[in-house]
Amino acid sequence: MTDHALAVVRPGALTTVQDLGRPGHAHLGVPRSGALDPPAARLANRLVGNPPEAAVLETTLDGCAVRPRRTVTAAVGGAPCPVTVDGRPAPWGAPVRVPAGALLDVGTAVSGVRCYVAFDGGVTVDPVLGSRSTDLLSGLGPPPLAPGAVLPLGRPGAVHARVDLVPQPAPPRELVLRVTLGPRADWFTAAALDTFTTRAYTVSSASNRIGLRTEGPALERACEGELPSEGMVLGAVQVPPDGRPVVFLADHPTTGGYPVVAVVRESDLAAAAQARPGTPVRFVAAGRRLPRRVA
Amino acid sequence: MRALPVGERALLVELSDGAEAQALHAELLRRRASGALRVREIVPAARTVLLDGLDEPGHIGAELPGWDIPPLPPRAGTVLEVPVRYDGPDLADVAAHWGVPVAEVARIHSAAEFRVAFCGFAPGFGYLTGLPERYEVPRRATPRTSVPRGSVALAGPYTGVYPRASPGGWQLIGSTDLVLWDHARVPAALLSPGVRVRFVPRTSPTDPAAGT
Repeated sequence: MTDHALAVVRPGALTTVQDLGRPGHAHLGVPRSGALDPPAARLANRLVGNPPEAAVLETTLDGCAVRPRRTVTAAVGGAPCPVTVDGRPAPWGAPVRVPAGALLDVGTAVSGVRCYVAFDGGVTVDPVLGSRSTDLLSGLGPPPLAPGAVLPLGRPGAVHARVDLVPQPAPPRELVLRVTLGPRADWFTAAALDTFTTRAYTVSSASNRIGLRTEGPALERACEGELPSEGMVLGAVQVPPDGRPVVFLADHPTTGGYPVVAVVRESDLAAAAQARPGTPVRFVAAGRRLPRRVA
Repeated sequence: MRALPVGERALLVELSDGAEAQALHAELLRRRASGALRVREIVPAARTVLLDGLDEPGHIGAELPGWDIPPLPPRAGTVLEVPVRYDGPDLADVAAHWGVPVAEVARIHSAAEFRVAFCGFAPGFGYLTGLPERYEVPRRATPRTSVPRGSVALAGPYTGVYPRASPGGWQLIGSTDLVLWDHARVPAALLSPGVRVRFVPRTSPTDPAAGT
């Protein structure tokens, strides 16, 4: 292994390699995958002068610690958190020089869930179907980080539109998800559609990269029976038999058999990726196809 | 045919049956290949086709019912042969469901010609149609926690082959050494939608003809 690499010292609860995913293979049962908060991943890349599609690390709640074997420029974005280099405080949301052999520690998020850690040259694990993303549903891409693992880094190239500081949105205190009615909204009662768009839900601790699970009033079905399997989009709100809506995130299955009551706007999903368990969620009707309100 | 909007960029086209869905899927692939249709994902399923990544889903949705969609030719393209040892643990249960002797299961299953209707569940897992309706079987009451890679299995109207070890509730009738999914290979998936398939019986794992 060359010195263009970094060693994993502390992988944290769940740290994966992510880029912008592998769209175009859903018909083979391959999820899109990719960073759950793509704007944060792109911003972290900009801070180190990488192109937006370079692979970064996505941490979950308690960060990670890595020891680069060469001097790197790193940047941490997404969920705000303390950053240290060999124990000394370093800035969050700005480029940080990490000398060869020093320990870059990305601490526990003070709010939000997922930090994005970019390195100049990017993480260059072998791509699978055009992407370096870890797909937890399918097991494609590199496995989640483990202690002692060594990840290859690319050589820093010509600096790509580097910035020194970028504004990043704060993680949501309340998650507002704009929705349009889904293809199977008619599988639910009018009262259920009203409940869905007017009542409060909260983010469930069972949420993961596959789906944002919610707790709140169950949605009542207008018809029983089984729906034959059909294609699912990112942001689809699927309702399993327990009636609690699940918002499909990047690692979602490409076909599924539970009815989709609504679809969340893709631009609202980055906030969903940063919403901690217990965060209030409101599903708000948007667009031309408004849910029918009952009197 | 009904075209249902799915969010801002997608359409779910609902057909009256699986054969119509497969015919529309073939037509969509033709139109995309010719440059007449711009779409990121075309995902066929049991009786729908999802179009995702459309610039103007409303426009396509309005246009679709007027399309001339030729029915799928019954035999087109080459046939992928999948060598199978009919030695699955659920062979006797399937024979009982079908009301035939155990040895008949292999004969009936290998006599049919299949087509990959759609994929899902795992990369490279195809839902194959082609068995006559009277041979449908239910899923197992209790799914297995681990089904070995290469297991040939039945559920409902479908046959499938597990591309890797995973939990599963389908009835296992046999096994194959053919590698159905290899992300380093082109194509990664041997069973992609539209592919025709035949299962060819192999008598035992030591049969010299039972290669991959």
